[in-house]
Amino acid sequence: MTVHLALFAFIFAMAYTASTLDHPGSVSTGGNPVVKFFEWFGNLTVFFGRVIRAAVTPPYEVREFVHQFDELGSKSLPLVALAGAATGVVITLSTRDSLIRFGAKSFLPAVVVFSIIKESGPIITALVVSGRAAAGIGAELSAMKVTEQIDAMEASAVNPYRFLVATRILACMLMLPLLTLVADFFGIIMGWVANTAAEPISLRLFIHDGFKNVMFSDLFPPTLKTAIFGFLIGVISCFQGMRATGGTEGVERAATSSVILASLFIIVADVLLVRLILVFYS
Amino acid sequence: MSAKEPNASSEKNGPAVRVSSLSKSFGKQPVLKEVSLEVARGETLSILGRSGTGKSVLLKLMIGLDKPDSGSICVYGEEVTKMPPDQLNEVRKKIGFLFQQAALYDSLTVEENVAFPLRRHTKMSGAQRDKRVRELLASVGMDGDVHKMPAEISGGMQKRAGLARALALDPEILLFDEPTAGLDPITAAEIDDLILRLHKERHVASVVVTHDIQTARAISDRLALMRDGEILMEGTFEDLKRSSDPFVAKFLNGS
Repeated sequence: MTVHLALFAFIFAMAYTASTLDHPGSVSTGGNPVVKFFEWFGNLTVFFGRVIRAAVTPPYEVREFVHQFDELGSKSLPLVALAGAATGVVITLSTRDSLIRFGAKSFLPAVVVFSIIKESGPIITALVVSGRAAAGIGAELSAMKVTEQIDAMEASAVNPYRFLVATRILACMLMLPLLTLVADFFGIIMGWVANTAAEPISLRLFIHDGFKNVMFSDLFPPTLKTAIFGFLIGVISCFQGMRATGGTEGVERAATSSVILASLFIIVADVLLVRLILVFYS
Repeated sequence: MSAKEPNASSEKNGPAVRVSSLSKSFGKQPVLKEVSLEVARGETLSILGRSGTGKSVLLKLMIGLDKPDSGSICVYGEEVTKMPPDQLNEVRKKIGFLFQQAALYDSLTVEENVAFPLRRHTKMSGAQRDKRVRELLASVGMDGDVHKMPAEISGGMQKRAGLARALALDPEILLFDEPTAGLDPITAAEIDDLILRLHKERHVASVVVTHDIQTARAISDRLALMRDGEILMEGTFEDLKRSSDPFVAKFLNGS
């Protein structure tokens, strides 16, 4: 019950945020934030409908998809690796101290591995990518919109929902799980390094102890759920970008709101997904 | 006639574009009120008017980038306002659109910009496409700078590249949104000459939206003057000059 109440409060906060980030000039019936939120949500639904219609009909934009996939991966990889590594170090340092107090130091590898693969790795990856990619996509598409490049594309008989939007959303969805594995890897390795700095332990033993009780359901669902985070990043940033109006200011607004909304949606979706995964895998 | 083989739809007689009682408003703001006009095949029509009188909106409606509230637009006899997307795209391939700021794709080089429609809509090989891109760029007076990004070339050059891209699919109709806005008088005159030359070579129908009376006079067969979303007067430059309407006189003399 409390969880549900908290969720509702959170969703309302998001509603408010979304409505304050709304673009002036978009069709709006008034200043009421609740009405504006539903408008935003309605427009998002229409937008998504268009993307789906465009994406499932040929011609398929394979080249552009590969380009976006490559772009997203190569630009986010160093950031994700760094964030994963830092998370591993932080988790090790802070948990080690607590575990020693409880006399459970030998659990450290397992604690590090479990917390990284089940939650820290996926969420850190999603938030870093939402900062990197959502801002990038939001800025790029909104700049194209306000300089009429999207109109130009449509005028040359190319569907921008197929060419620009669908390819980016799919690239985000497929790239996020891969980036999550990268974050997991660097997190665990750096967790070991941090642990070894305090008290030497062989990597082999650390890995062995860490993964001893790991099951398929500990790694697979949390990693795959990041595809949904990727979907949120792609849809929200493309949507905010494609509806931008009003020159440079519109670009700035689209980039900022893409990051904020994508991050918020990821965090809320995470609550629901963790709950859902527990229903199926516990 | 056209540089391209006339196809089934363009064989029908009648004007290239016919706009009838077209209305459009944004929110409560009416932009176009019952606008009607025709562009004959091979004719250049300039639509003149002050900024914000709905000229650019009219152009965008013609290529289906926006939907009118009421009225109809026929391109070679085909109604475009209610067309399903696939069919509309077929019509769009016959129309070249030069945007006000050229609207070249930032992330592609000049050459790739011109190649974009060819890559999407033709089955040309890489070599054929390169040759065609060179020809198109040469025809708008661009020989160098083809590997540069749009941000690295001047506004006039961007317009030329945008024109080359608009010509890529051998359009039968060309739409120009303020082709000379923001250019110095010499570059503007060069663009005017270019449009005239293309018109002579390709015999396309053109609609030019402009507030530049010099451009309109230089390149058009007929002019239409718009005010507050309505066509105030239509005719040759001489017709407009003879008009006793104070707004027409004021617009032509710029005072």
